[in-house]
Amino acid sequence: MSIRRRITIVIGGFALFAIAVMLWAPTLGSTPISLSQAFDRSIPWDSNVDAQIFFVARLPRVLAGGLVGATLAAAGVVLQALLRNPLATPFTLGVSAGASLGAMLAVTMQLELSVLGITSIPLASFAGSLIATGIVYALATLQRRGLSTNVLLLAGVTLNAFFSALILFVQYLADFAEALRAIRWMMGGLDVAGYFPIIAALPFVVVAFIAFAFLTRTLNLLSVGAESAAAKGVDIVPAQRLAFLSASLATGAAVSLGGPIGFIGIIVPHLVRLLVGADHRIVLPASALFGAAFLVLCDLAARTLMSPLEIPVGVVTALIGGPFFLWLLVKRS
Amino acid sequence: MLDLLWADSVSFRYAVDAPLVVDGVTVRLADGALTGILGPNGSGKTTLLRLLSGTRRPTSGRVLLGDRPLEQLSRRDAARQIAVVPQETELAFEYRAIEIVLMGRHPHLGVFTVEGPADVRIAEDALAATGTSHLANRFFHELSGGEKQRVVIAAALAQSANLLLLDEPTASLDLGYQLEIASLLQRLNQQHGVTMAISTHDLNLTASICRDLILMRDGRVLAAGPTASVLTPENIRLLYDVEADVHVHRGTGHMTVVPVKRIAR
Repeated sequence: MSIRRRITIVIGGFALFAIAVMLWAPTLGSTPISLSQAFDRSIPWDSNVDAQIFFVARLPRVLAGGLVGATLAAAGVVLQALLRNPLATPFTLGVSAGASLGAMLAVTMQLELSVLGITSIPLASFAGSLIATGIVYALATLQRRGLSTNVLLLAGVTLNAFFSALILFVQYLADFAEALRAIRWMMGGLDVAGYFPIIAALPFVVVAFIAFAFLTRTLNLLSVGAESAAAKGVDIVPAQRLAFLSASLATGAAVSLGGPIGFIGIIVPHLVRLLVGADHRIVLPASALFGAAFLVLCDLAARTLMSPLEIPVGVVTALIGGPFFLWLLVKRS
Repeated sequence: MLDLLWADSVSFRYAVDAPLVVDGVTVRLADGALTGILGPNGSGKTTLLRLLSGTRRPTSGRVLLGDRPLEQLSRRDAARQIAVVPQETELAFEYRAIEIVLMGRHPHLGVFTVEGPADVRIAEDALAATGTSHLANRFFHELSGGEKQRVVIAAALAQSANLLLLDEPTASLDLGYQLEIASLLQRLNQQHGVTMAISTHDLNLTASICRDLILMRDGRVLAAGPTASVLTPENIRLLYDVEADVHVHRGTGHMTVVPVKRIAR
């Protein structure tokens, strides 16, 4: 089988799975609904309760889950290849800590601004992620003409710790209701109100995915080593810069939409590699598709398992992801 | 003979305030050359290879590929003509040998182009030339040191470049693999016409296959020329601070170097 054919078939399989999950998930919930009834155009909208539940209540949430899951998984793949470190996540380089600090400040300072219908928390968290990205990038390029992935990693880890301390400090000063609201945000949640927040995050994610598409084969070479990649025709510094900035932008947009939902960015890429090998031309799109399906399924569990009580989706991904990842580690060694 | 690659008094430092690692070196690689680069640790061999391959730009001086300055070529164009075998290859993920070799096709493919049958054939030929066809579908990290090194050489061959720069290709190999790699390199040079520069610590390897030698110490060229005239006890003493006997081995006709003792500098 030719390489192109293998790539097409595998990605097609993952795409079918993701689409199936995203159509099936909205039919489940406290009120079961039927897909055929929801899509039945002969019933007028006003009396088609199934369609209303599907399109108004559940589909936005599923789409948000798909977008956030796809983004975090793909960003994880890119950062793992860039840093040549299988343990890297989209949050390793400080993006989510910056976003969390932004959200925390928006809550405690009771910022009430809104731009084009986007409220202060997503705005502030997106701003926080951009600032964190800027700081890490500046540090990594300060020393030499190139981009040092070691400095990138160290700066990111340090910034994470520093921002976490600031978050705790702000939280300590905040009153109880504000602190609780901010903590809830940090647990992650996909209960977006309507389609607009998704549409607002979409352009950043699309730009990042276009960059990812240009990078896939280069990521293979980068993960073999920068020096060897350069000798095989990769322009190392522009490639690294594009990988870092696009992955950070996508992560910032995803986190401002769904909060810092952990584990997707690390377990999905690893699981996909186990299934399809290490070629990033397959791993990257397959991880995006599987990440979308995985987060939608986790969110389904979050809203149905203890219904009517909802479990924060970040807790579900960690509860499923943590043991699963440990099992994977034990199995490999 | 035509100079394929010519480093014209190149110098290099890794940072503005760092010392020169390569200091005014002039090196010529003729078409079809098989040249060894010898020198103690830290003498600048690896850096010189990086300058010759164009992955680093000299701080001063210039490198010419044919009649064009190497820095005028894009990375992609340079990689179509110059391939490099690095000292060590550590993978972050688990690739199969054939995938590693196919990565050599990178400079020949467009951004969204996938390797076609022609590329696969070139990769398979490269595996065959290095005697690793049977390893194609094995995971790279499961291979032995010698097998890995041969697969990495195959990846460089798949670049279809006419210049091959090797950085200590036998450093981590046992005697058997050392001989195997040596005869592989000699065959590639003689039968496939690949021009080569090999940096190494292995005096006897270079003496057996290299027609020319470049001796480097402290970033400078100590001596350069045909192996027989460069590999003298006097030069070895200047190069390594080691007293050595140089003989011609009767069975093979190669020069052999027997180190005798370390002497004070």
